[in-house]
Amino acid sequence: MIPNPFETVREVIDPSPPVSDAVKYTTCYMCACRCGIKVHLKDGRIRYIEGNRNHPVNKGVLCAKGSAGIMTHYSPARLTKPLRRVGPRGSGEFEEIEWEEALATAAGWLGEIRGRDPRKLAFFTGRDQSQSLTGWWASQFGTPNHAAHGGFCSVNMAAAGLYTIGGSFWEFGEPDWDHTRYFMMFGVAEDHDSNPIKMGLGKIKGRGAKFVSVNPVRTGYSAIADEWVGIRPGTDGLLVLAIVHELLKARRVDLDYLVRYTNAHWLVIQDPGAADDGLFARDEAGNPLCFDKNTGALTSALLADVAPALVGEHTLPDGRVAVPSFQLLHDRYVADEYAPDAVAERCGVPADTIRRLAAEIAHAAFEQEVMIEQPWTDWAGRKHDRMIGRPVAMHAMRGISAHSNGFHTCRALHLLQVLIGSIDAPGGFRYKPPFPRPVPPPVKPAGKAGQVQPNTPLAGPPLGFPMGPEDLLLDEDGTPRRIDKAYSWEAPIAAHGMMHMVIRNAWAGDPYPVDLLFMYMANMGWNSSMNTAGTMAMLTDKDPATGEYKIPKIIYADAYASETIAFADLVLPDTTYLERWDCISLLDRPICDADGAADSIRQPIVPPDRDVRPFQDVLIDLGVRIGLPGLTHPDGKPKYPGGYPDYLANHERSPGIGPLAGWRGVDGSKGGKGEPNPDQLARYVDNQCFWRHEFKPEERYFKHANKAYLETAVSLGLIGKADPIILQLYSEPLQKFRLAAQGHGAVVPPEEHRPRVERYFDPLPFWYPPFEGDAVAEEGYPMHAITQRPAAMYHSWGSMNAWLRQIHGLNKLYMSRERAESLGIADDDWVAVTSHHGRIKAQAKLMEGVNPDTVWTWNAIGKRRGAWNLSAEAPEANKGFLLNHLIAELLPERGGGYRYSNSDPVTGQAAWYDLRIRIEKVAADAAGTVAEPTFEPVSPPPNPPRAEAMLRFGAPTGREAAE
Amino acid sequence: MHPAASVIFFTTASGAGYGLLFLLGIAGAAGLVPASLAFGLVGFTLAFGLITAGLLASTFHLGRPERAWRALSQWRSSWLSREGVAALVTYAPAGLFALGWVVFGEARGIWGVFGLLGSLGAVATVVCTGMIYASLPTIRQWRQPLTIPVYLTIGLYTGALWMALLSAAFGGAASAFLWLAVLAGLSAAGVKALYWRTIDTEAPVTTSGTATGLGSLGRVRLLDAPTTSQNYVMREMGYRVARKHAMKLRAIAAVIGVAVPVLLLLIAAAVGGGAAVVPVFLAALSGSAGAVVERWLFFAEATHVVTTYYGAEAA
Amino acid sequence: MTMLPATAGTKKLGLVIDLDICVGCHACAVNCKEWNSGGHSAPMTDWNAYSGTESTDGDDDGAWGVWFNRVHTYEVGDGAEGRTVHFPRSCLHCETPACVTVCPTGASYKREEDGIVLVNEDLCIGCKLCSWACAYGAREYDHEDGVMKKCTLCIDRIYNENLEEVDRVPACVSTCPASARHFGDLGDPDSAVSVLVAERGGYDLMPEMGFKPTNKYLPPRPGKTACGSTGAPSRLEQLVAEAADAVPQGKAVPATTGGKMLAWVDAVLSR
Ligand SMILES: Nc1nc2c(c(=O)[nH]1)N[C@H]1C(S)=C(S)[C@@H](COP(=O)(O)OP(=O)(O)OC[C@H]3O[C@@H](n4cnc5c(=O)[nH]c(N)nc54)[C@H](O)[C@@H]3O)O[C@H]1N2
Ligand SMILES: Nc1nc2c(c(=O)[nH]1)N[C@H]1C(S)=C(S)[C@@H](COP(=O)(O)OP(=O)(O)OC[C@H]3O[C@@H](n4cnc5c(=O)[nH]c(N)nc54)[C@H](O)[C@@H]3O)O[C@H]1N2
Ligand code: SF4
Ligand code: SF4
Ligand code: SF4
Ligand code: SF4
Ligand code: SF4
Ligand SMILES: [Mo]
Repeated sequence: MIPNPFETVREVIDPSPPVSDAVKYTTCYMCACRCGIKVHLKDGRIRYIEGNRNHPVNKGVLCAKGSAGIMTHYSPARLTKPLRRVGPRGSGEFEEIEWEEALATAAGWLGEIRGRDPRKLAFFTGRDQSQSLTGWWASQFGTPNHAAHGGFCSVNMAAAGLYTIGGSFWEFGEPDWDHTRYFMMFGVAEDHDSNPIKMGLGKIKGRGAKFVSVNPVRTGYSAIADEWVGIRPGTDGLLVLAIVHELLKARRVDLDYLVRYTNAHWLVIQDPGAADDGLFARDEAGNPLCFDKNTGALTSALLADVAPALVGEHTLPDGRVAVPSFQLLHDRYVADEYAPDAVAERCGVPADTIRRLAAEIAHAAFEQEVMIEQPWTDWAGRKHDRMIGRPVAMHAMRGISAHSNGFHTCRALHLLQVLIGSIDAPGGFRYKPPFPRPVPPPVKPAGKAGQVQPNTPLAGPPLGFPMGPEDLLLDEDGTPRRIDKAYSWEAPIAAHGMMHMVIRNAWAGDPYPVDLLFMYMANMGWNSSMNTAGTMAMLTDKDPATGEYKIPKIIYADAYASETIAFADLVLPDTTYLERWDCISLLDRPICDADGAADSIRQPIVPPDRDVRPFQDVLIDLGVRIGLPGLTHPDGKPKYPGGYPDYLANHERSPGIGPLAGWRGVDGSKGGKGEPNPDQLARYVDNQCFWRHEFKPEERYFKHANKAYLETAVSLGLIGKADPIILQLYSEPLQKFRLAAQGHGAVVPPEEHRPRVERYFDPLPFWYPPFEGDAVAEEGYPMHAITQRPAAMYHSWGSMNAWLRQIHGLNKLYMSRERAESLGIADDDWVAVTSHHGRIKAQAKLMEGVNPDTVWTWNAIGKRRGAWNLSAEAPEANKGFLLNHLIAELLPERGGGYRYSNSDPVTGQAAWYDLRIRIEKVAADAAGTVAEPTFEPVSPPPNPPRAEAMLRFGAPTGREAAE
Repeated sequence: MHPAASVIFFTTASGAGYGLLFLLGIAGAAGLVPASLAFGLVGFTLAFGLITAGLLASTFHLGRPERAWRALSQWRSSWLSREGVAALVTYAPAGLFALGWVVFGEARGIWGVFGLLGSLGAVATVVCTGMIYASLPTIRQWRQPLTIPVYLTIGLYTGALWMALLSAAFGGAASAFLWLAVLAGLSAAGVKALYWRTIDTEAPVTTSGTATGLGSLGRVRLLDAPTTSQNYVMREMGYRVARKHAMKLRAIAAVIGVAVPVLLLLIAAAVGGGAAVVPVFLAALSGSAGAVVERWLFFAEATHVVTTYYGAEAA
Repeated sequence: MTMLPATAGTKKLGLVIDLDICVGCHACAVNCKEWNSGGHSAPMTDWNAYSGTESTDGDDDGAWGVWFNRVHTYEVGDGAEGRTVHFPRSCLHCETPACVTVCPTGASYKREEDGIVLVNEDLCIGCKLCSWACAYGAREYDHEDGVMKKCTLCIDRIYNENLEEVDRVPACVSTCPASARHFGDLGDPDSAVSVLVAERGGYDLMPEMGFKPTNKYLPPRPGKTACGSTGAPSRLEQLVAEAADAVPQGKAVPATTGGKMLAWVDAVLSR
């Protein structure tokens, strides 16, 4: 047929092409939000990933990272085979070995250490989602030297919450998106509740509730805030306490809420110098006392039918005086130092704005009460006709916590919410199960002298919540027992460990050297370390006397050719998230929401096409090889011959409680607690890989004091007892540490640590300047430097993703236009940024919406040359830069020469955002200028998959195939 | 706009070719030049060569040149399609005209009618080419009443340069063509100067404010582009020539495109006879080079409204 | 065909994008890319995907490729008074777009039945003229295929009977976590999207082009920083004043017992 060139040809479209030939459900792991996904397969390849509409976390939506999962899965940066180092450490020269050899080598090292001194193993994991396995494994091994990323991540958030309200922000609580009238967000760019927060913001904006974002930078969520408060970093505590000041002065606090649910009426002993000064006055049974106005007598503060006083000096039976903790609180915050006018300049927020925010909070809380017509019963059995809420909700994350004053700032935030009575009230902050838990949760860290023995499991979990100095992990002489110095006087409540100090301490042999550093899923050779260049040097440093590496052996389990691979002696290649079983457990960091308890799994969607193994299987295999009792029968046979899936279904942490809560019991009829069910995983797979128990309407609010909820929580195994959970405005455990610093008690800090412990263990929240800013000269380092997470990139995990690296292939240093212009800096100029610790070179980008004293950049975009199987020309490695080079892991020296870690003094939280800098334009640069510092390129692992220049993903399934 | 070599070559070469064809048609029909074999062979080879090379070059610009024939179908609405049709249609009378001239040694009479039809086709084709640009509302510097005159005068001018050369070499009203070339050159320069003044002084049609619809809230500045790397639209539409550079190039275009050729033409006029061939040839080369510079600028100076999404304040 | 449909249909399918709640997360952009990688216009070619292999057209070392939806971020106004606006941009399925009329081959066309503007890749010669004619940068050239590609409004989803009915919306809409994207018939004044546009003052981008975009943008709502914008009293001042006599000014701990101090707290409270 001769074509007619003048003919108008119409396209015939098939509007109903088959989408896929198979659909499988699993859980996303492009970040820690853990959304449910529906994976479409065509010809055995992944064709499309979408959000699972039925899933409690994301309800069908999917973020940019999740949508780019295909590219993460098929990335040429995937490791392909176990590797043994052949070149010098850091060079990235490896040979491929077989799994048997890799496992035998690792087991040999591990077994030897376990038989000699289990503490010589430091087992640290990064963005780990199987901490209930890894933590349990460490404790089976017998080493206290275990933690995941929480310590450098947001332990301030977790600890402050758990020590105050028995729950926390992070992803463990959520604003009442459906009822709040006033939502304040402090220092959040993404958080782990990535999709739920976006969904929630869309909801409240649609409803016309007011959204205030307190953040030095106006991007992301802050962009859509009805009000942006461009605060100066590290000063939120002042802002919050100034709001408290205003509310107290205006008498806008919920006194009924305080006496019902908090320790506001508990009497605090006022006896300066005494060993129990500042502790709660208690009766013989140990119950805290209050003054009952009905009887005019002291009585147990826990009784239901009392009329407790919130003020007044009361005389204790022993003649001493005690006052209700509320009075101490009140007196502290009405003081002028917390007046808006006193804090405005420091915060960079006008006093009028602070007063207005306080007025708006008061207005929303007390004049716009929400009422849910839902009867409920409180812990004491009293019935309430309805649920009355104070619709002011708050959420905060690392902008608060990644400062050395973050613990107290976060406590201040909780204090504010408690004062207005909004915690777990309709419209306020809501707990997600397993929270609320007792304040703090009744778990102590194990690792004391007697608790660590060769070939013996640890007496408990390595991480927990100290109630006082007696729970610290110290040697007789006060030396820290853990390699990261968690639970020492440096960081007594380091409830998540201090991963950022592990490499440094191991290198320095301070408090002692280790033999083996075993890391999983943590890019410590680059973006998750402070002082990155120094860290790389420590990882490769040798003892001149012996010629041995200072950290003798390093095993690393990663799935990709990250920067840290180069520093491992043995590399255990993991699968991608679409190739393995995983478990998002209630024992760990579950996917619950305020209305239901839930957990989920990942199932293999496609089989690995490389010689890699799921790390959890590897960990169990290693445990069997070294005979960990939890993993082997007495005859040495494995307890879970089926590996990780077998463990998931059949392991019991305590009777009836296992990794997964759904479909327990032999016939799968039980939820929460019950006998193991061999078919459990199949039931999960049938239910789209998640399980959820929805709470009854009467269980959904006031969970800390809601009888029905508390009983349900016990039956599900979330908490031990159905006792009410009392919010601790005034924190007695903190006062106990303070008393120790004053010389009281059996465990007291060494002289040199005393002033510090005394100052920072204040039972009521207070504000102090972040350490770094306080230690360096203001003129020398006048500006703050912080990072933010980009929504479309997960730490370092996105640069191997061909799609995401188009969105964030390099980063710039953002700064205020006005400030930049005054320094002669224009867009794209190269600037030198100097901190007390180092200097980097980066390109500037000018903007309006940033606190003028602050510069910022996207986190973890800069890459080391050669890593991630990217070419050495990659913009990530040449224009992208890492702020971490400027951040020291140790604070500048102070009197006495001791250098504390760059952390919060209470929790050991890494103080990433305390960084102070100065910035200068560098003299005209030639074309081809690159970001500094620069490092030798690492060589890619042997035989990496070919990185295709051009990607035609989908071509075989698209139009071409049809033709 | 990204100045693509193939398109620049296409429009300048075919412009000159059609200019020449136009003049051949008129001159032939009017008997202003001898219908000699040599004149015809060289003249038509040159004209068809320039046109065809240009058209071929324009297909290099295509992603699917093998489908180029499909471009004929949409003549009802598309100036590009019309251009294709016009170009093809023009080949027929022009070819017949060439046949008469070269084979039968006759350019007048019925052959001359073909010649005039060819001239008409040439004008139509150049108008279509110009309209491709002039019809785009997205590019202010192109959507100008002067765009068609620019294309026409420059086509005529460059064609006239070659025509002057031909008649200097092979006889005919050589000096008429010399003066025509001078006149065309000066009018092209005038039209272009007017064009430049217009685009320099005219207000932009679009701002980042109207592009985003956010202008009423204040000045709109791009904070982050969608990707940190360049994309197709940025590369194709985002090309911007520095003002200083553009001014320099305008001067160069004026000098080598018009001033030098006119000078050479005047010299040729003064010298006269066979010796005029050399300066006229140089004038043709210089004028064509000038046209290329002009055409490069036509693209490079054009700002596309889409750039207002990528950081430009206005376009 | 290149001519616009002579009788414009009454159905005008399109998107409504709410700039008031878009958080700039790029989810719509990536999910669009993902869906279309296996869809009507597949593949969505990427070049220099892992750098170091710069393709002929690359003038930086980054990766780049075909995307039908791209998210910009703008700052509007100066300093703290200004605001940041995230701005997703894809084909607007204009009613009278030049991208269609300029096309010489008929590859670029507007469907009569629903107004969707598509490229027939079997006809396209890759002349790129339509991309010059589009004011909105919505056309993406695939060098490898030599043809123009663009947002299809997910033509292979919205009518797809292999998908559940709820899923028959564009990929970018179903994935948007903030629900900032809406899909529907803007030709029907009673449709949910039309109502939204009417209520919120939805507007056209670059109306001066005369393309009459179908897609609409909802403007960011005004900020609420003025006193009283939430209905709250401008200050707590009155309240503070009423309370002033009860509060000791600037006294230190624990000087507040007794007297009428803290009288308000001293109410009888029951647990
Ligand atoms: N300057 C600055 N530095 C920071 C922060 C900051 O805000 N600013 N944030 C800090 C915080 S909060 C955190 S949590 C840390 C995060 O730091 P990390 O926990 O180190 O996170 P990633 O960089 O994502 O590195 C994790 C490693 O996991 C690997 N990986 C990815 N998928 C898999 C898999 O499926 N299996 C295995 N085995 N490995 C995989 C990746 O290849 C990568 O090497 O960074 C910290 N560093
Ligand atoms: N897309 C994406 N999501 C992620 C991650 C990721 O890498 N990418 N990482 C995950 C991890 S490990 C974590 S820990 C969470 C962290 O989630 P976020 O806490 O949201 O993480 P950051 O990006 O560190 O955000 C800190 C925010 O605080 C602001 N800020 C800094 N200093 C201050 C201050 O002093 N005061 C106030 N008010 N604000 C301040 C910064 O500008 C920034 O917006 O995100 C998780 N989710
Ligand atoms: S937020 Fe995004 S990356 Fe994280 S789990 Fe959900 S879809 Fe995946
Ligand atoms: S997915 Fe939604 S919120 Fe995210 S960038 Fe797109 S439109 Fe905006
Ligand atoms: S947005 Fe561009 S491509 Fe889409 S219809 Fe309008 S003009 Fe055409
Ligand atoms: S590139 Fe293709 S669709 Fe666009 S105008 Fe040319 S032929 Fe038509
Ligand atoms: S409608 Fe479909 S093709 Fe168009 S932008 Fe949305 S997802 Fe992409
Ligand atoms: Mo983190």
